[in-house]
Amino acid sequence: MTEIGLTVNGVLRAASAEPRRLLSDFLRHDLGLTGTHVGCEHGVCGCCTVLFDGEPVRSCLMFAVTAAGHEVTTVEGLGAGGMSPVQRAFQDCHGLQCGFCTPGFLCTVTALLRDNPRPSEDEVLEGISGNLCRCTGYQNIIKAVHRAADLIAEESGEADR
Amino acid sequence: MTSMFGEPIVRREDPRLITGQGRYLDDLGRDALAAAFVRSPHAHARITGIDVDDALDVDGLVAVYTWEDLPGRVGERLPLLIPHPALTHGRTAYALARDVVRHVGEPVVMVVARDRYLAEDAAERVRVTYEPLPPVVGIENAANAAERVHDDVPGNVGAHLVQQTGDADAAISAAPHVLEFRLDIERSASMPLEGRGVYARWDADDESLRVYSSTQTSTSVRMAIAARLGLSAAKVEVIAPDVGGGFGVKIMHPWPEEVLIPWAARLLGREVKWAEDRREHFISSAHERGQVQHVRVGFDDEGRLLGLDVRIQHDHGAYTPYGIIVPIITSTQLLGPYKPGVYRVEFTSLYTNTVIVTPYRGAGRPQGTFCMERTMDRIADELGLDRAAVREVNLIRPEEFPYDQGLIFQDGRPLIYDSGDYPEMLRRIKELIGWDDFGAFRAEAERNGRRVGIGLACYVEGTGVGPYEGGHVEVDSSGRVHVATGLTSQGQGHQTVFAQIVASELGVPIDDVVVTTGDTRRFRYAVGTFASRAAVMSGNAIALASRKVREKALRVAGEALEADPHDLEIVDGVVRVKGNVTASIPLRTVAVLSNPLRYAFDDATAQATQFAVGGSMDEPPLTGEPGLEGTEYYSPPRSTFASGMHAAIVETDPDTAEVRILRYAVLHDCGRLINPRIVEGQIHGGVAQGIGGALYERMVYDADGQLLNASFMDFLMPYATEIPHVETGHMETASPLNPLGIKGAGEAGVIPGSAVIAAAIEDAEGIRITRMPISPSELYHLRLEAAAGTAERTRHARSAAIP
Ligand code: FES
Ligand code: FES
Repeated sequence: MTEIGLTVNGVLRAASAEPRRLLSDFLRHDLGLTGTHVGCEHGVCGCCTVLFDGEPVRSCLMFAVTAAGHEVTTVEGLGAGGMSPVQRAFQDCHGLQCGFCTPGFLCTVTALLRDNPRPSEDEVLEGISGNLCRCTGYQNIIKAVHRAADLIAEESGEADR
Repeated sequence: MTSMFGEPIVRREDPRLITGQGRYLDDLGRDALAAAFVRSPHAHARITGIDVDDALDVDGLVAVYTWEDLPGRVGERLPLLIPHPALTHGRTAYALARDVVRHVGEPVVMVVARDRYLAEDAAERVRVTYEPLPPVVGIENAANAAERVHDDVPGNVGAHLVQQTGDADAAISAAPHVLEFRLDIERSASMPLEGRGVYARWDADDESLRVYSSTQTSTSVRMAIAARLGLSAAKVEVIAPDVGGGFGVKIMHPWPEEVLIPWAARLLGREVKWAEDRREHFISSAHERGQVQHVRVGFDDEGRLLGLDVRIQHDHGAYTPYGIIVPIITSTQLLGPYKPGVYRVEFTSLYTNTVIVTPYRGAGRPQGTFCMERTMDRIADELGLDRAAVREVNLIRPEEFPYDQGLIFQDGRPLIYDSGDYPEMLRRIKELIGWDDFGAFRAEAERNGRRVGIGLACYVEGTGVGPYEGGHVEVDSSGRVHVATGLTSQGQGHQTVFAQIVASELGVPIDDVVVTTGDTRRFRYAVGTFASRAAVMSGNAIALASRKVREKALRVAGEALEADPHDLEIVDGVVRVKGNVTASIPLRTVAVLSNPLRYAFDDATAQATQFAVGGSMDEPPLTGEPGLEGTEYYSPPRSTFASGMHAAIVETDPDTAEVRILRYAVLHDCGRLINPRIVEGQIHGGVAQGIGGALYERMVYDADGQLLNASFMDFLMPYATEIPHVETGHMETASPLNPLGIKGAGEAGVIPGSAVIAAAIEDAEGIRITRMPISPSELYHLRLEAAAGTAERTRHARSAAIP
């Protein structure tokens, strides 16, 4: 067992785990942050996506020990108390049904819009093309990404004023 | 207040799910012991020995179980859930294999340890020795029956059923035109992103069991567990927490794990949990769709059906715990919106050494629709007629409802369509996709060296099958309205739509309504969520329960206000005299008055105590039952029939044979809509699964019965990049069968997927498409075969729509 310390959603957290413990399991079962989901454990579905030093990564493909000293943001940390624009957009556009894939999409889209605030249709498709959803058929997720871009623009517009 | 019914409001469950506060199975029981399974690596083998010695060295191991350890009914064969007289050779598995394994993935040993990593360590160290037996893989091999899956099942035939409305053979033989052909569909699977999972807690002091399962039917899992473990049902509660998708696979029950995990939890006196991993899901949960269908059809010069004879070979896998529901549905729902002339259908349901087959969204209808719609296209091609025109002459007319197809449906009831307007629907789908203008579009595309085609597919879906569902509605003394129904949710938005129904029926703000589903502590009697039935069954039950509560509220309020209940209305949670806003009483006060009290525990209840309430001294204080609550059940005479038509335009790459969907249009009629936004979402999701089934998804078994593509790397589910924008149009033909006039919507989107894509590809290529799914390499080879004369071309290489 190794003591692993890292910053999760802005808070310093530590727990001991075996070197083979996946980051996804560590977040879910050792830190109790069960919002990050596991759909395949082989890096294909994207359900386990978290932000690792700001970049989307698949937490099922990383060992928890390799995250020591780094910063991780999970779905629980996206909203700072309430819901972030991306989260609100998913509700507004009915971008989820069972909600299992949703945390992964939310993390992916948060990073996408940070890097590209006005993605084209193709850029949205490309941006979410690593996340599977079995429920929605994606149409409303795509809509939600554009809507989130609008919400973010509105809010930063207000902030500028 | 405007009625909430029919409003496209946003979902009330979303804030929780969007912020990571959902509670899915594996989010529960953080301190529970973990189970893992040793599963058969062979498709067919005799177990000759199980050696667990090495596993015992694993630190953290708690227990290892084989079939021999299972006592009494835990060790008996799992139940055959839906018996049918035609299922003469139904066979089910043991919770842990006894002597013989019959598919790769069948559970043989259960290991329980401190955590999942250790449980898997121990499972790896269990040595099971096998004597391989010859596997039966594929429908042809099953039918040839050179080898048997079960020694005592001759010919590998589990079931054989014939239904007919007359002498189809004579009708076909007498017809001016006759065609005969074969159509194949391969296996796919529901594949929810959350696998199955079970978590059980035994309370030794109370001698009771609480089980959480990622299931589509908690009430029935409860009865099954109680029966297997020899507990009274009153001592077992089953809860479906948030469920990460079901699509059919989670209606199967009890899965071996649903018996074993609670059993172990009780035996060990510890919490035990098992969460399925993705490979386990591929090789030990259920698949569907694999079918071969032989068609013989007779028709007149206009393409009108005179006789139709369909012979179906259905692959049901190694066991038949869910009976023969899938081929029954194919054989009946195949008829779609058409009058088939004389119809005869026969199916043979066959054992193979593969994963079991149970309903996956659509449940046999995609195969049936593929069969009927390919038949329509074939007839049009034979006669050189427009494909839509051939459909038109065969449609049931609006004035012919209720329309009796003369068959018995999956619920054991006659197949009688309740309502619909198919000719109008056909007109509208043609308009939406631009059917009549397609020739010009194609000509333009061809000038640019592009190859495009258009297809159309129609279906009718029996939704909302019985026997019943119930609803409980209760107004508490703070004015909150608690609603419970027994069936479960997997993303359909029940917490929203059921609240809409209650808000409308009762006249309360929707924010005051809280809905609970799938928790047997709150509602014990239910059937489950499948067959697009939740809105129809529980929706109507909840509406009836709301009406009952409303009636009671008006009665009690009438006494308090000294008014005739008929003069009262409920608006925004307040009962008031119509036209007199001053004479009113909030529902929360009515709730208090509905429960005459001796003891007060707050200001509200003080109003209901014996010295506070006046009234007649000669009448008993309580009339009927206490509490402002009511339970009602809805049990329909038979299913309601929703309908839809899809049209698609595809482009096929002349070099790579890649298929691109340029447009996809849906016309859909599920009766009155409770929430159009949610119905639309159901359609989108269904269409995506339909397209997956048409172009990408298949279960690839080799001759040894190994599933070669048991991962998301190899089983290709569509990403956003594969799914086109879906254009939708709605019709609302109310069902006359239920109080709300609704029909189900859950499965609709998936049903015509393979049929419509096959039609469009065939139209683009001029080569007959008879097997689905179709990959670019298969299409490429089909072109080579057509060039060599070994694959059939359509007679009219381009549809009649060409100018
Ligand atoms: S669980 Fe990590 S990608 Fe699927
Ligand atoms: S919402 Fe269920 S998998 Fe995406």
